[in-house]
Amino acid sequence: MESCNCIEPQWPADELLMRYQYISDFFIALAYFSIPLELIYFVKKSAVFPYRWVLVQFGAFIVLCGATHLINLWTFTMHSRTVAIVMTAAKVLTAAVSCATALMLVHIIPDLLSVKTRELFLKNKAAELDREMGLIRTQEETGRHVRMLTHEIRSTLDRHTILKTTLVELGRTLALEECALWMPTRSGVELQLSYTLRHQNPVGFTVPIQLPVINQVFSTNRAVKISPNSPVAKLRPSGKYMQGEVVAVRVPLLHLSNFQINDWPELSTKRYALMVLMLPSDSARQWHVHELELVEVVADQVAVALSHAAILEESMRARDLLMEQNVALDLARREAETAVCARNDFLAVMNHEMRTPMHAIIALSSLLQETELTPEQRLMVETILKSSNLLATLINDVLDLSRLEDGSLQLDIEPFDLHGLFKEVLNLIKPIASVKKLFVTLSMSSDLPEYAIGDEKRLMQIMLNVVGNAVKFSREGGISISASVAKSDSLRDPRAPDFFPVFSDNHFYLRVQVKDTGSGISPQDIPKLFTKFAQSQSLAAKNSGGSGLGLAICKRFVNLMDGYIWLESEGLGKGCTAIFMVKLGLRGRSNEAAPIHVQSPCKSWTNNFTGLKVIVMDDNGVSRMVTKGLLVHLGCDVATVSSGDECLKVVNNEHKVVFMDVSIPGIDIYAVAVRIHEKFARRRDRPLIVALTGNTDRVTKESCMRVGMDGVILKPVSVDKMRSVLSELLDHGVLLEAQ
Amino acid sequence: MDGVILLQKQLVDYSTSLYKEGFLDDQFKQLQQLQDESNPDFVVEVVYLFFEDSERLLNELSKTLSQQIVDFKKVDAHVHQLKGSSSSIGAQRVQKVCIAFRNYCEEQNTEGCLRCLQLVKHEYSLVKNKLETMFKLEKQVLGAGGSIPMH
Repeated sequence: MESCNCIEPQWPADELLMRYQYISDFFIALAYFSIPLELIYFVKKSAVFPYRWVLVQFGAFIVLCGATHLINLWTFTMHSRTVAIVMTAAKVLTAAVSCATALMLVHIIPDLLSVKTRELFLKNKAAELDREMGLIRTQEETGRHVRMLTHEIRSTLDRHTILKTTLVELGRTLALEECALWMPTRSGVELQLSYTLRHQNPVGFTVPIQLPVINQVFSTNRAVKISPNSPVAKLRPSGKYMQGEVVAVRVPLLHLSNFQINDWPELSTKRYALMVLMLPSDSARQWHVHELELVEVVADQVAVALSHAAILEESMRARDLLMEQNVALDLARREAETAVCARNDFLAVMNHEMRTPMHAIIALSSLLQETELTPEQRLMVETILKSSNLLATLINDVLDLSRLEDGSLQLDIEPFDLHGLFKEVLNLIKPIASVKKLFVTLSMSSDLPEYAIGDEKRLMQIMLNVVGNAVKFSREGGISISASVAKSDSLRDPRAPDFFPVFSDNHFYLRVQVKDTGSGISPQDIPKLFTKFAQSQSLAAKNSGGSGLGLAICKRFVNLMDGYIWLESEGLGKGCTAIFMVKLGLRGRSNEAAPIHVQSPCKSWTNNFTGLKVIVMDDNGVSRMVTKGLLVHLGCDVATVSSGDECLKVVNNEHKVVFMDVSIPGIDIYAVAVRIHEKFARRRDRPLIVALTGNTDRVTKESCMRVGMDGVILKPVSVDKMRSVLSELLDHGVLLEAQ
Repeated sequence: MDGVILLQKQLVDYSTSLYKEGFLDDQFKQLQQLQDESNPDFVVEVVYLFFEDSERLLNELSKTLSQQIVDFKKVDAHVHQLKGSSSSIGAQRVQKVCIAFRNYCEEQNTEGCLRCLQLVKHEYSLVKNKLETMFKLEKQVLGAGGSIPMH
């Protein structure tokens, strides 16, 4: 039998010791086997474990160690060589694997340690981010508070509300104990306590503005921590507790003038208010940065809101002022209108009142002239006549001028005989000129139309004035008058820079030149000639009569006729030339439709109206009967109607004339006229329409003409008037003049 | 014959006085001119038509003006008619009162209107009497065989 190579124990194997060793080895083996199992199990469970290979190694190492201890179990008793070999193999393997593992661990453990470090680092980072998040949230809160505050402040335009709201909201947001606003006084040397949060009515505490602490606050736009003992902060009676921290900030008070385009308000404001904020006294609160920022932002917003309020106040004040001015202007205008009305009334009355006696004087004096008089008496009567004529002219001139001044004068535009007008002027002036032994010549150009449309009377007045002046100021020689049609090149005269003639087919410009060989006028005096009442010395000496109004009136008449008048003279003693141009209408080419004959030309109805069928429309029975009687007396066959509808029903093409009373209320006479026009398409069939009315003012006349009436007659109508009206109507088909 | 001349003179004096006192104006003369053989009673017809018309209008006016709320438009329309009629026959004084009456109507002055109404009634009755007297004189002249002298 082979004996084992085990070393014989020195002492006999103790049964107990061997047993314990046996058990321990068993448990060790068990543990060694179970650890890798646990490891595998848990690693399998975890998703991330980068060191599998290490694990395998480790596992192998442990398993082998376990195996070794297990095999050891058999070596406590007599064991065979196989067991010894297995034991040896196991030990060898175990040694190899453990060494390998040991070598591997050298690489791995630093890695593992660094993982730990990174983990720590990340944890720190996370903590930091958390802190920052907290900060951002706080800032956002602040921002929200500011927005809300701003909204509150800006929702009102009233100064006091703005300031009060600011304090209240700030107090609430920041949980302040006290919040106060110090406003600069008018004089600017003191700050006055204007608003506080807790005290309802701050009694006017004032502090001088030049305190160092105040200057410190005013010099920066940041919120500044100030000592609770400074005069601006001593608002509460000093308590037993520690006063909380105090912060002050400036509030710029902006004025309208501060808002320049290129100039930001900071640079130009001079006045500041002081806002003082106090934290609650017995808390350990401190002013945080974000709170200070909030305060600064609010202070700025308040400034803006205040300036808006100021602008609003300003504009309201301006508007009130404007309204007052408007009212005053309105009043003034009405007063002026009343004055003008009063003046016009006065003039109208005086017109009549002054002219009547004048006429009487002139008429009676001329009659007196016709009687038998002694030479002395004759002289006296002549003087009376001359003076009263002068006076009459003066009265007329003044009244005319005042009417011209306020533009109430209207030209009477009618067709007239132009050639005839000149001839008449000539006839009027020749006797006077011949007395002074002056010659008068008239030359009319060949293209001067025979008839023109304009205000004949006033044109005559202008002519007489101009020619009369020429005669007046000439001692010898003569007057030459020339009339022509102005050509376009001669119209734009350098001497008449303001005159812009407009050409049209219906009008022409009459150019009249009156040249005299008289005393002339010095060039300086020429502009003065047209101003009323102005007379130069030299003129006055020679001028025994005349008020100086003549040329002024002429100028105004010429202007009314869209024309221009001016005088030329080469100097004293060299004569004078007066030139004027006026716009006149051309006859035959104007817009007024020329009347055409309606009746058959052979029969002349002029004095024989027998059987003439007419209609009389009048709602007043008496008036109707009278008009009918009138027409029946003249031989007409009269049908009477009392309304527009009846008239339209009755009228037919046998009726030659329809007389309509225009004063019928409620009936639109003009509409009836239009309907009659419509009813009779051809002009030959249509009866003539004549309006009977109580007033012949322009408006009525024009309205009647506009709707196509053929004439207007003023009531009351006499037999003779009716007779002439009828004859004119039937001869010419239209009444040219209102009768 | 003397009687006729006397009557004629009476008539002439009477009508002259009417013109002088302003009861009648030129228009009445025109009416008289319209009277001829074909229309012998023209003037009388017109005048009586005027009387009828005016009485109706005056009644209407009284009624309208006695209402609680006066319709001035209506009043104005009536006065306008009266004015037209009176001017057509030449009743000058009536016409003048009508003009004033219309002014009060425009101002909506009830007091003034009532006063004018009284005045108009008064004037109307005056002119009516005068005209009736004149017509009676004319009849007498015609009855006595004379003719009515033209002015």
